[in-house]
Amino acid sequence: MPSAVQSGVAHSLRRLGRFATFHVERLGYAARFFVAVIGNTPAAFRRLHLTLREIYFSGVLSLIIILISGLFVGMVLALQGFDVLQRYGADQSLGVLVALSLVRELGPVVAGLLFASRAGSAITAEIGLMKATEQLAAMEMMAVDPLARVVAPRFWGGVVSMPLLAALFSTLGVFGAYIVGVRLIGIDAGAFWGNMQSAVDFRQDIVNGIIKSAVFGVAVSLIAVFEGYDAKPTAEGVSSATTRTVVLSSLAILALDFVLTVFMFRGVS
Amino acid sequence: MNRNTIDLWVGIFVAIGIAAILFLALKVGNLVAFGNTPGYHLEAAFENIGGLKLRAPVKAAGVVVGRVERIRFDPSTYQAIVTVKIDEGNQFTADTIASILTSGLLGEVYVGLDVGGDTKMLRDGERISKTQSAVVLEKLIGQFLFDRAAAGSGK
Repeated sequence: MPSAVQSGVAHSLRRLGRFATFHVERLGYAARFFVAVIGNTPAAFRRLHLTLREIYFSGVLSLIIILISGLFVGMVLALQGFDVLQRYGADQSLGVLVALSLVRELGPVVAGLLFASRAGSAITAEIGLMKATEQLAAMEMMAVDPLARVVAPRFWGGVVSMPLLAALFSTLGVFGAYIVGVRLIGIDAGAFWGNMQSAVDFRQDIVNGIIKSAVFGVAVSLIAVFEGYDAKPTAEGVSSATTRTVVLSSLAILALDFVLTVFMFRGVS
Repeated sequence: MNRNTIDLWVGIFVAIGIAAILFLALKVGNLVAFGNTPGYHLEAAFENIGGLKLRAPVKAAGVVVGRVERIRFDPSTYQAIVTVKIDEGNQFTADTIASILTSGLLGEVYVGLDVGGDTKMLRDGERISKTQSAVVLEKLIGQFLFDRAAAGSGK
């Protein structure tokens, strides 16, 4: 029965083609959407109170989880790092280990992942529900551009919050490592801070970490507002859009982190 | 929640966020070494630089007086040319010896400067003529074994 096999192959090829064109088309739509959001930036800052409200929702309300995670990540890093460093008699370098791993990698990445699941999912669900209940359509009827009124403030709120949250995460992590390393284990405080300061470079490590977190902020906020705006206007559609936001944001953060690290820290000794 | 409360919280959030960045810059990093500290450059040619890296400290009498800024290979003399930046206010005599040293067995590699007795001082862009290369542990062990073997056969 060659015809059945042929039609089966043709069918799966068609499905593959549909899958590919759907995703490429969606990528194009996302790019166009990104440009439109950037174009609506003046609107977000003209009505500053809207953006401030979004910074409150995505930044201030994420503080608790960011601060507590940062503290515990730093404390665990200090305990584990001490255990390994001590075998080589290098326990004085604990501060260096903790500060470099936090400022370069863990701060931006873990704060980004937490931000995506705490704030990104909320943004998607909110915009998706607005679309499902036809609030966005109602705004358009009243000649209010939902991109300027709803999307751009949420996007910029996320972009502003993310670097601040990542810096707070790293700071609390260093503080947690100080509590465990110096107060509990008893490493000399002078060696802890002194080695850290001589090893961590402002331009090379801290500024690059902030750049990383800003890039993650743009990526996560864009994915969150796009998935919400593009969600199917049903209960199921909103729920799957929220899931997609968290999954895609996490993958985007990890992939971007690799690319940025290759560029930033390749030539450094 | 009314607008003033939100503004207040956002203000607090941004303020502690900026405070965190400042903390990272001043307490965790060394912002003092950031940017162009005034100073001048010296060059030194070494047979072997061992594990010397960019930004490694330059020490005189154990005090950090500068940083390694550039390391390149000179194909005409087959030597490594190390450019160091000495902080403003430190002067070294023309017969200064530059050597590549290691602090401790596994510690960081740095450039040590031993000052001589010359009255002439090194100026910007000049070359330190007397240098001492890094001690490569493998070569040292190889030499030691060779000497032992030579001493054994001599008996």
